[in-house]
Amino acid sequence: MKVRQLALVVALASAGLGMAQQALAQEKQQFFPVLTGRTGPVAPNATPWANGHNDYMKLVNARGGINGVMTLIEECETAYATDKGVECYERLKGKHGGATVFQPLSTGITFALTEKVPNDKIPMITSGYGRSDTADGGVFKWNFPLVGHYWVAGDTVLQHIAKKEGGWDKLKGKKIGVVYHDSPFGKELLPIIQERAKMHGFDILNLPVPAPGVEQKAIWLQVRQQKPDFVIMQTWGVMTPTAIKEAVATGYPREKMFGTWWSGAEPDLKDVGAAAKGYSAVMMQHGAEPQSAVVKEILDKVHAKGQGTGPKEEVGSVLYMRGVMGAMLAVEGVRAAQERFGKGKVMTGEQARWGYENLNLTQAKLDGLGFKGVMRPISTSCQDHLGANWARVHTWDGSKFTWASDWLQADDQIIRPLVKTSAEKYAGEKKLTRRAAVDCGS
Amino acid sequence: MFYRENGQFKTTYRADLQIFPILQDRIAIGLILAAAFVLVPMLSSEYMLKAILIPFLILALAAIGVNILVGYCGQISLGSGAFMSVGAYAAYNVYVRLPGVPLVLTLLLGGFFAALVGILFGIPSLRVRGLYLAVATLAAQFVCDWAFLRIGWFTNNSTSGSVSVSNLQMFGLTIETPLQKYLFCLTFLVVFALLAKNLVRSAVGREWMAIRDMDVAAAVIGIRPMYAKLSAFAVSSFVIGVAGALWGFVNLGSWEPAAFSVDRSFQLLFMVIIGGMGSIMGSFLGAAFIVVLPIVLNLALPLIGQLVGVEISTAGIEHTQVMIFGALIVWFLIVEPHGLAKLWSMAKQKLRTWPFPH
Repeated sequence: MKVRQLALVVALASAGLGMAQQALAQEKQQFFPVLTGRTGPVAPNATPWANGHNDYMKLVNARGGINGVMTLIEECETAYATDKGVECYERLKGKHGGATVFQPLSTGITFALTEKVPNDKIPMITSGYGRSDTADGGVFKWNFPLVGHYWVAGDTVLQHIAKKEGGWDKLKGKKIGVVYHDSPFGKELLPIIQERAKMHGFDILNLPVPAPGVEQKAIWLQVRQQKPDFVIMQTWGVMTPTAIKEAVATGYPREKMFGTWWSGAEPDLKDVGAAAKGYSAVMMQHGAEPQSAVVKEILDKVHAKGQGTGPKEEVGSVLYMRGVMGAMLAVEGVRAAQERFGKGKVMTGEQARWGYENLNLTQAKLDGLGFKGVMRPISTSCQDHLGANWARVHTWDGSKFTWASDWLQADDQIIRPLVKTSAEKYAGEKKLTRRAAVDCGS
Repeated sequence: MFYRENGQFKTTYRADLQIFPILQDRIAIGLILAAAFVLVPMLSSEYMLKAILIPFLILALAAIGVNILVGYCGQISLGSGAFMSVGAYAAYNVYVRLPGVPLVLTLLLGGFFAALVGILFGIPSLRVRGLYLAVATLAAQFVCDWAFLRIGWFTNNSTSGSVSVSNLQMFGLTIETPLQKYLFCLTFLVVFALLAKNLVRSAVGREWMAIRDMDVAAAVIGIRPMYAKLSAFAVSSFVIGVAGALWGFVNLGSWEPAAFSVDRSFQLLFMVIIGGMGSIMGSFLGAAFIVVLPIVLNLALPLIGQLVGVEISTAGIEHTQVMIFGALIVWFLIVEPHGLAKLWSMAKQKLRTWPFPH
């Protein structure tokens, strides 16, 4: 009996404590919820992302906040599971005065939340993942695949291959294998590859890998039999190093393997090390940027003060930088919204959404933030929630990544109709109407 | 003292056969229902409804379905996730391809197709039993996973393989707010729980239990094993299918086959085992244990950590939660192998004789 009473007292006391703390934290703070994947099948990759995101948020506070408004972060662990992610979303969306923006870092969670954010009036940034058709702001008011999505990645990686071969016409009759995660995440890449295959006459060899992707013997046996000329990998988490190890074991040349944005970071390759030399991956804008100004500032103002979220060594690595970039986009949207709704005020999710829709990050602004050489300008509009479609390809030299291509731009002529058709189909199924021109001004 | 049926005389067969023969039980159930329909909506926050109560209700419904098959008929099944997915995708196809079909009927049709698939995968149960049957039903899981991932027709040729529904309506009322969704699921659960309870008390239910206890003996006294087993598969899959359709339509809104993976099958089976096999009550307790406890642990751990002055990292919370949860499962199974429902009935027995245990 005593134990039970004690437990009750403890529970009550802790609940009271929690409330008291919430009351204290009422001063100007902009709340950025963080959905993390620090455990589960993508932990090695999602952890640096979260660390980078949080470190940049701390840096923003060290710089004086967003016009004086401090950033506040709270994590919730999803373990890359959709139902857990939805639970986390429900848990965090109303906390600390309301969530500003969500970045789920999982395509499955993005699909689920896409149905929920319009009702809750919270924007969602899905840089490089989620639904590609959400680039169409006319249908998806609350989604922002800023910087790029799977189709940008797919198109640019094919451009890179074509360039290496000496032109698109050289791809005719070639066979390109696509190793992908057998889930919406993996399948989202396929439309652009199919479109390009139709245009240039190459064949596609579909190689789906069931989740979580540690069982790939059969796939790589197929690669050995069919001998595709190139292999594109749409993989994430533990399945990327597995795929590369299998490729090494089968003797498939790494020079002919190309990862998309989520399959080309240090945790994927460092275990394989020198054997993975020659493997390339397409990067939307940033890569590993240990020399950039923002990284030096984080080391100086956050890590040097002992406030770093993760180990110092990973600062500046590929996925860490992606977290930094995600946090920067989240913060700059709020800054843009403040220009309109009042400088130095805490923005609601709805106001922040306006900021993301009217983002204008010029090169000068980016350079000022420490992203010189890391990123190119991004500007969004009511119709275009993508903002930019630039990418580069980097190659693993056995111990680190080096740039292997110049800037590549995804072909708008091909992607725009794809996005529009897909968005129209979604709107048709949901019986949604396109946003009116008046709505764009709001 | 208070919980005693002394003086409650049954004068008709009807009175003797009712579900809750003791007056106190009837009052308690009435109060619980009133609380669920009135008090909970008044007191619950949106988070409570959306993240805890709605998943709990739907999975409790699925657990009832699994319990009919596993607990009452004794046919171990690992295909429950598959039957849920059939329910969800069948309902989705009805929703997309036959506009104008009312929502409730859509969900029930989902259940109907799940029942058909359930019967199909129940056929091996006529020849194999126990663990072998579990392996045979596992095939349903893989076949369904494969079909919904690969066959474009089922997902209305969605490029990503993910499907979604919204703007749910019933009799002109929208089902959008968490409260409406909660009441919708609760109504489904109450109706199905009542049906299931009555079914297992009926002739069919007794046939199932006879088959469970010893199928040869049951066959000797004239119970047709084929009919009994397949009807258990059909009813069970129907309920699970409706739960799956609710899970997709009401809880998720957008889903992919991974929402009904083999993990879901195990989860449902554990609910039944921990809650109590052969008990409708056990299905609720098991669902509460499996669905709610991890979330409560997850919420409580940081607070407890704060209290003792330790800040637990996000990953640390997740790991601790899994460890505590696992330990609790083992502990419960050692303390009471017949499940939480048995604990509950023991408590009732003790209450009856209290304060004089002899």
